[in-house]
Amino acid sequence: MHEVHEIAKNVLAFINDNKGMLYFVILSVFVGIEVIGGVPTVLHTPLMSGANAIHGVVIVGAIHVMVHMENPTMLALILGSLAVLLGTLNVVGGFVVTDRMLEMFKKKK
Amino acid sequence: MKTNLLEVCYLIGSVTFIIGLKMMGNAKTARKGNLIGAFGMTIAIFGTIFLHTNEVSPLIYGLIAGAIVLGSIVGWMAAKKVQMTKMPELVSIFNGMGGACAALIGLMEYQHNMNSVGSLIPIIAGLVIGSVSFSGSVIAFLKLNGTLNKPVRLPAYNVINNVFMLAVLAFAAYMVVGPGTNHSAFTHVADNSLETVISSSANLYLYLLFAAAIVYGVLFALPIGGADMPVVISLLNSFTGLAAAFGGFLYGNYAMLTGGILVGSAGTLLTLAMCKAMNRPLSNVIFGAFGGGGAAAGGDETKGSIKDINVSDLAVLMNYSKKVVIVPGYGLAVAQAQHVIHELELLLEERGVEVKYAIHPVAGRMPGHMNVLLAESNVDYDKLVEMDEINADFPNTDVVLIVGANDVVNPAAKTDPSSPIYGMPILEVDKAKHVIVNKRSMNAGYAGIDNLLFYDPKCSMFFGDAKKALTELVAELKTL
Repeated sequence: MHEVHEIAKNVLAFINDNKGMLYFVILSVFVGIEVIGGVPTVLHTPLMSGANAIHGVVIVGAIHVMVHMENPTMLALILGSLAVLLGTLNVVGGFVVTDRMLEMFKKKK
Repeated sequence: MKTNLLEVCYLIGSVTFIIGLKMMGNAKTARKGNLIGAFGMTIAIFGTIFLHTNEVSPLIYGLIAGAIVLGSIVGWMAAKKVQMTKMPELVSIFNGMGGACAALIGLMEYQHNMNSVGSLIPIIAGLVIGSVSFSGSVIAFLKLNGTLNKPVRLPAYNVINNVFMLAVLAFAAYMVVGPGTNHSAFTHVADNSLETVISSSANLYLYLLFAAAIVYGVLFALPIGGADMPVVISLLNSFTGLAAAFGGFLYGNYAMLTGGILVGSAGTLLTLAMCKAMNRPLSNVIFGAFGGGGAAAGGDETKGSIKDINVSDLAVLMNYSKKVVIVPGYGLAVAQAQHVIHELELLLEERGVEVKYAIHPVAGRMPGHMNVLLAESNVDYDKLVEMDEINADFPNTDVVLIVGANDVVNPAAKTDPSSPIYGMPILEVDKAKHVIVNKRSMNAGYAGIDNLLFYDPKCSMFFGDAKKALTELVAELKTL
């Protein structure tokens, strides 16, 4: 019982400590909905592809892990490099393939 | 100074993601929007590499540079070389890479944050969601490229999947509050030897959770039929966004938060829009009724017979029509017939025939797939008409030419309550004077169900590979 109480206290403290970020999250959700609203079906595929490239921002987290490693083990180095590699694929591939899709749209007069 | 500058980089990143995504919602600005997003991403990435206050060994710099260079080359080549028909697969696999990246971050960060519930929540959430997104995307990729072309259904898979999902969630919750966590959060255990003992068993659990989440992703995507794959990709896309957002939460990184949440909420909205186009709730897609069971529907009806039409009759019929509507489907994409269909369109227009394309919202394997494909062959935008608008037009249409589409024109969606696609809005092609269906064979469509349209007296079949058959048709038309 005591333990549950402790956890609840920590969760509440966590919410309080991070309230700025929580507000940010909630508002961002609405921005996302707002930005996408009313997009014609025609653009759904490029939009999905573009959104796919943007979540590649996760690579920033992978780089963050790498530059903050202290006395890294071999395993950590391998996992870190792999994460950066996969993130790069997501970002570069995502933006390039989206550009290719949209390039075809632009050829129209 | 450096830290402040880094925050500015992230601010630029966040703003460009929002502006870029907004601009992608409009055909005129879309390409620029994508480039703006890419620009902001580059700034955020290089800021992270150079603007930190840590001592970083050359080895780590080398590994980062190597991974980025290799990833850029491979990603660039793959994106440039892929055929337009293969695009959905590619988006799916890139999405999987992002998910895997998020999962790996979770794996690496866990042991450094074992004592903080506040950090463990985003770490474990990112790990689980990223892993599910990764393995689910790989399955979606394999299904789209045809390696896995049958929906795999274990008996009672619904129960198994849901129980497994709950088990993964419970396991994840246990990882947050359980092994290795001392509950006076945000402090460090001083006793190193104790920490080591706890951490080794906790690490084992962590890898078990990782494996379980991977398996769940497979179980999640495996039973879903190919016709629903666009929805799955869109959903997994928003999953990866969510995983990235959790990473942002962990590091207090606003670029990751903005990017991740934008994609998470936008992706969810897109997923729901796609479900709406099929008139099915999302739960029905995920736990749905497509596949094996549906094939039996309508089996005992009197179907009537099927008529064939040969290429010269068809050429004459089209030549003397006033209005022709082309219904493109995935078969058109597979056969790479988008250029020859444009040629057919130009030829008919030259002869005074009005030609339009009817675009069903879920035609192809992604929403808007047909638009992208037809844009590739320079089909004019104004000729692509969306479903609601064109449906009113069919009664005045002389010939409807269906190329490689099936489920989106199946009248069973309106007439047969037992059909798995019952309730899905369709293109009402049977209202036109003549319906011509180009198919390779009498095989059922992607949803695996029979199409009563083919037995309609107004309907004639024009068998053959779309590209070959249409090329013949164009040649025949030229002789008239």
